[in-house]
Amino acid sequence: MKALLRKLLPAAGAGLFWLAVWSLLAALVGKELLLPSPGQVLRCLVQLAAGAEFWRTVFRSIFRVLSGILAATVLGVLLAALTERSRVCRLLLAPLMTVVKSTPVASFIILALIWLGRDILPVVITGLMVLPVVWANVSAGIAGQDGKLLEMAAVYRMSRWGILRHITVPSVLPHFRAALSSALGLGWRAGIAAEVLTVPQLSIGKRIFEAKLYLETTELFAWTLTVILLSLLIERVLLRLVRAEPRRGGESHA
Amino acid sequence: MLELRDVTLAFGEKTVLQRCSLALGAGEHLALMGPSGCGKTTLLRCALGLQTPGSGTVTCDFQRTAAVFQEPRLLPWRNALDNVLAVTGKAPAAREIALQWFEKLEIAEAAALYPEELSGGMQQRVSIARAMAMQPDFLVLDEPFKGLDEALRERVLALLNGSLKQTAVLLATHSEEEAAALGCRILRCRDGKFA
Repeated sequence: MKALLRKLLPAAGAGLFWLAVWSLLAALVGKELLLPSPGQVLRCLVQLAAGAEFWRTVFRSIFRVLSGILAATVLGVLLAALTERSRVCRLLLAPLMTVVKSTPVASFIILALIWLGRDILPVVITGLMVLPVVWANVSAGIAGQDGKLLEMAAVYRMSRWGILRHITVPSVLPHFRAALSSALGLGWRAGIAAEVLTVPQLSIGKRIFEAKLYLETTELFAWTLTVILLSLLIERVLLRLVRAEPRRGGESHA
Repeated sequence: MLELRDVTLAFGEKTVLQRCSLALGAGEHLALMGPSGCGKTTLLRCALGLQTPGSGTVTCDFQRTAAVFQEPRLLPWRNALDNVLAVTGKAPAAREIALQWFEKLEIAEAAALYPEELSGGMQQRVSIARAMAMQPDFLVLDEPFKGLDEALRERVLALLNGSLKQTAVLLATHSEEEAAALGCRILRCRDGKFA
């Protein structure tokens, strides 16, 4: 309990400090249209959350972003397994991943707008942002397996499934977690950005776009706050799913 | 039966094994002796199929192979017992045999501990338990008693000698005592050749 308090207090203190700075700036500006205060944003958020439309919008956006993350994670793991087995595949795929990683998300969104429907586009954009991160990290995990353990497995004639379960997965898991940790934030931001530009029905991005269009600054802040809170929540939940304390950086034994 | 015939292997300019031949039948015990770097471990790796010789042939028709390496090579994310069961399978009989070996090797209390919680000597005994629990017909021992104190080493040697009558053993060691305690015929290394 004491340790938890010791951990939480500095974070809470820092949060309160920046809330105070925000309040002070809002008071100095004195115009809600330019900079609403934290209290005004919170009130707006509570009002929004009271309507069913808010939750439908939120869940639809979560569904889109998580679909993209899930698809990219599965594809990233499969591609990593493939490229670690085949040098040719790696040679072919590595430059593609570098291009995807280096291309601005806005370019992808505008290009994809030409080819794809606006409902599916945020899913694809999220996936494109997540894929290279998952692929690179899982590849590093597979390549970093302990050769001596693999030799031991060969001597004892462990099955492929045994090697996967006892050596490969525990070796890759810390890398996978790291990938998921950075990919979630990245994917979530890219997905919402794609929604803002494509304004699909029932999406946080559409609500942000409309708030900007009608100069509803407080609502814009409230939706942005929603995005931040959801990002933190989703990251916590998903990381917990693949977490469980690793031993020596490896798989859970819980 | 294990047979190495005219095995030659070089790493770059350095020839480590030069036309080495040996044969090992069921239940035979053979020790490779020689100074460090003379190629004992390389020869064992060839016998285990972990190293492909530059020339010569290796044939091995033993069905159940086990090895104790110089270092324990335990899975850091599995406890000691699970390290053994990872190679033997989790059947109740296999578990029973594994626990018996933990008992015999005086590490019964370590079964639920993870490698990082064990001393070097205990880790090495887990590695020995893993090999013995396989009930191998061919066992490779590469300087396997590192980290064991003198008295414990003697007890483990006596225990292994009593349990390996039906097992072909290929041992790399610097110690004549160890070779004798396991009833090994000795091959000595001279100029990259074992004779």
